[in-house]
Amino acid sequence: MSNEIIKGPGWILTKLEWLINWGRKRSPWPLPYGTACCGIEMMAALASGYDMARFGAERPSFSPRQADVLIEAGTITKKMVPILRRIYDQMAEPKWVIAMGACACTGGVFRTYSTLQGIDQVIPVDVYVPGCPPRPEGLIYALMKIIEKIEKDHPLYNKAKEFERSERGCACS
Amino acid sequence: MQLKERIMRCLGSDVLAITEYQGDIVVEVGKNRIRTVMEKLKNDPDLSMDFLSDVLGVDNKALYEKAKKKAKKKDEAEAEEPKGPPPPRFEVVYLLLSLKSNERMMVKVRVPEDDLEVPTVTDLWKAATWPEREAYDMFGIRFKGHPDLRRLLMWDEFPAYPLRKDYPLEGQGEERILIYDA
Amino acid sequence: MARDDYVKINIGPSHPAMHGTLRVIAETDGETIINADPEIGYLHRGVEKLGEHLTYHQFIPITDRLNYCSAIANNVSYEMAVEKLMGLEVPEKAQLIRLIMMELARIADHIVCIGILGVDLGAFTPFFYLFIQREEIYEIFEWYNGARLTNTFGRIGGVEADLPEDFEARWNELKPNLLKAIDETDKLLTHNRIWMDRTIGTTAFSPEDALNWGFTGPCLRACGVKRDLRKDEPYCLYDRFEFDIPVGKNGDVFDRYWVRMLEMYESIKIIDQAIEMYKEMPEDAPLMAKVPKVMKAPEQEIYSAIESPNGELGFYIKGDGSDKPYRIKIRPPCYMVYQAFPELVKGEMIADLIACLSSLNIIAGELDR
Repeated sequence: MSNEIIKGPGWILTKLEWLINWGRKRSPWPLPYGTACCGIEMMAALASGYDMARFGAERPSFSPRQADVLIEAGTITKKMVPILRRIYDQMAEPKWVIAMGACACTGGVFRTYSTLQGIDQVIPVDVYVPGCPPRPEGLIYALMKIIEKIEKDHPLYNKAKEFERSERGCACS
Repeated sequence: MQLKERIMRCLGSDVLAITEYQGDIVVEVGKNRIRTVMEKLKNDPDLSMDFLSDVLGVDNKALYEKAKKKAKKKDEAEAEEPKGPPPPRFEVVYLLLSLKSNERMMVKVRVPEDDLEVPTVTDLWKAATWPEREAYDMFGIRFKGHPDLRRLLMWDEFPAYPLRKDYPLEGQGEERILIYDA
Repeated sequence: MARDDYVKINIGPSHPAMHGTLRVIAETDGETIINADPEIGYLHRGVEKLGEHLTYHQFIPITDRLNYCSAIANNVSYEMAVEKLMGLEVPEKAQLIRLIMMELARIADHIVCIGILGVDLGAFTPFFYLFIQREEIYEIFEWYNGARLTNTFGRIGGVEADLPEDFEARWNELKPNLLKAIDETDKLLTHNRIWMDRTIGTTAFSPEDALNWGFTGPCLRACGVKRDLRKDEPYCLYDRFEFDIPVGKNGDVFDRYWVRMLEMYESIKIIDQAIEMYKEMPEDAPLMAKVPKVMKAPEQEIYSAIESPNGELGFYIKGDGSDKPYRIKIRPPCYMVYQAFPELVKGEMIADLIACLSSLNIIAGELDR
């Protein structure tokens, strides 16, 4: 019975979802995972000139448990893959990922034996920022896109779906 | 006195070949003599090559193949295989610098593929620690007496030597698998 | 001797003080470090192998991505190596433009190093003060060649364009602000009690050890060795300028910081002189040497090094008669410094490990290549 109510976005739940999203979008705490050149531009975006804190990314959270947005800035090598995956797994839901720079999106110029050709082979990505490296404005734009995405999110609906999926998963195994 | 003459006087018969290009002097020495040569170069008062800039490996396989092709093209009629054992495949190059006179030189050792072992110079210059590890990592050249010869840049289980010329640029599909809950 | 009751602590590779890609496994007795084993290679992108598959011109953008804090120094170092291999003579005006840009890059690099050293030790304010001025320097780069960070500055045989017309005016505008920011950082940090306690005497190194380990650049000069390739093996007209080489005394974290601070003042002095010299040069002086369209290097090997902000940055290039290099080996300065890391931090506290690492200015891009 209660499941049926949650499944469709009813009026009360929509307003509740709106409230949750409104709260979430004001503080997308980033986890800066700068590995290479893009990390320097990410630092510039966090520093005084561009000041990403204006959009709620006030506190760079180096602990994955308290972060909402993983900003993956820079090349991921094959040696680094398990670590990236682990960091992503350690982040608490809800979580979003920004792939910053050509290396993180596709591997960039480094089509070599040791470079991962795009981090979307390992973790899901929400926003891709092209450029080698992208300007700090690019990263700020990506953060705005994440905020837009949070606004359109259905946290309760997704939760129900996830619950259903896990139930089905239990039944199968 | 010119650097070349001083090197010749210091090393004497140890020098197999000496070349100069754009002021860079390359001295080639035998593999079993490299330790004595390096000690001499470091301690000789005229040379005092007391600073090791870098140690690096070179794979000459492609170079030899190219030379062979060229030779075949030239005289296709009398194309014959060169006699004797093939030239050593690898090279180890030491970049040396004298802090007193600001002169640079290179020392080159040829390493055949079937005997990939070179004496280490880490006890003369500690600066050789990581470069030698890297040469082992990238070419598989082992340095005898090195205190800690492990892979440096690639992960431990990596099966190949990536800077060798027969290794493709995009790799052979190696993946790093790490089970961290075990 | 290994004892089994030492605690092993893994720091990194994803750790705020480890610059993203460094990893240190420290063996500790309480808070004292008994042994530290740095593991690198988390940013090994195969640059040297890639260089063998690209032509001489195509490799220039890859050199940007080595030391991304001062990409211009890398570009120039590589170009000078190829010019040496090809036997090209670069016109004086091009050399002067290279020098001006390299000194600007040196200031930007030192700003990053000092700013991050401050952040890692808990001093956030200098980071903000300095980064405003670094943005200004980057705007000059962008104004000149279109990119902020990865500049791909210069071409083999010279530079691609003359300096913009009102470069001097722009520099005169930037200079007082830059000096003010550096002075402010100096006031905030140098005589600060906490800063002095954290930095003076931590991870001191003797000059003999430093030379034996292959130190170059500010880390070597902090130990008291007066060695700078700009003076000792002059290139790019450096022998025509008047500047001092600041040296430290103990080789500790404070000295490394202080040498970098003083070098920024020296760089400003050099740029002032260089702009004076630039004004005296004829306007239509050539900017490029005669470079063949298809560049085929002879079958020779050379090594050429410059003083990058971090130390001796060298390129070993072996040609094989084709338009691609046969072998490129990069000698990154911080690679040699970082291998002495276990020696540096032995017997220190864990908190000093972070201070030491930041003061060495390890840039993972050139460390792992």
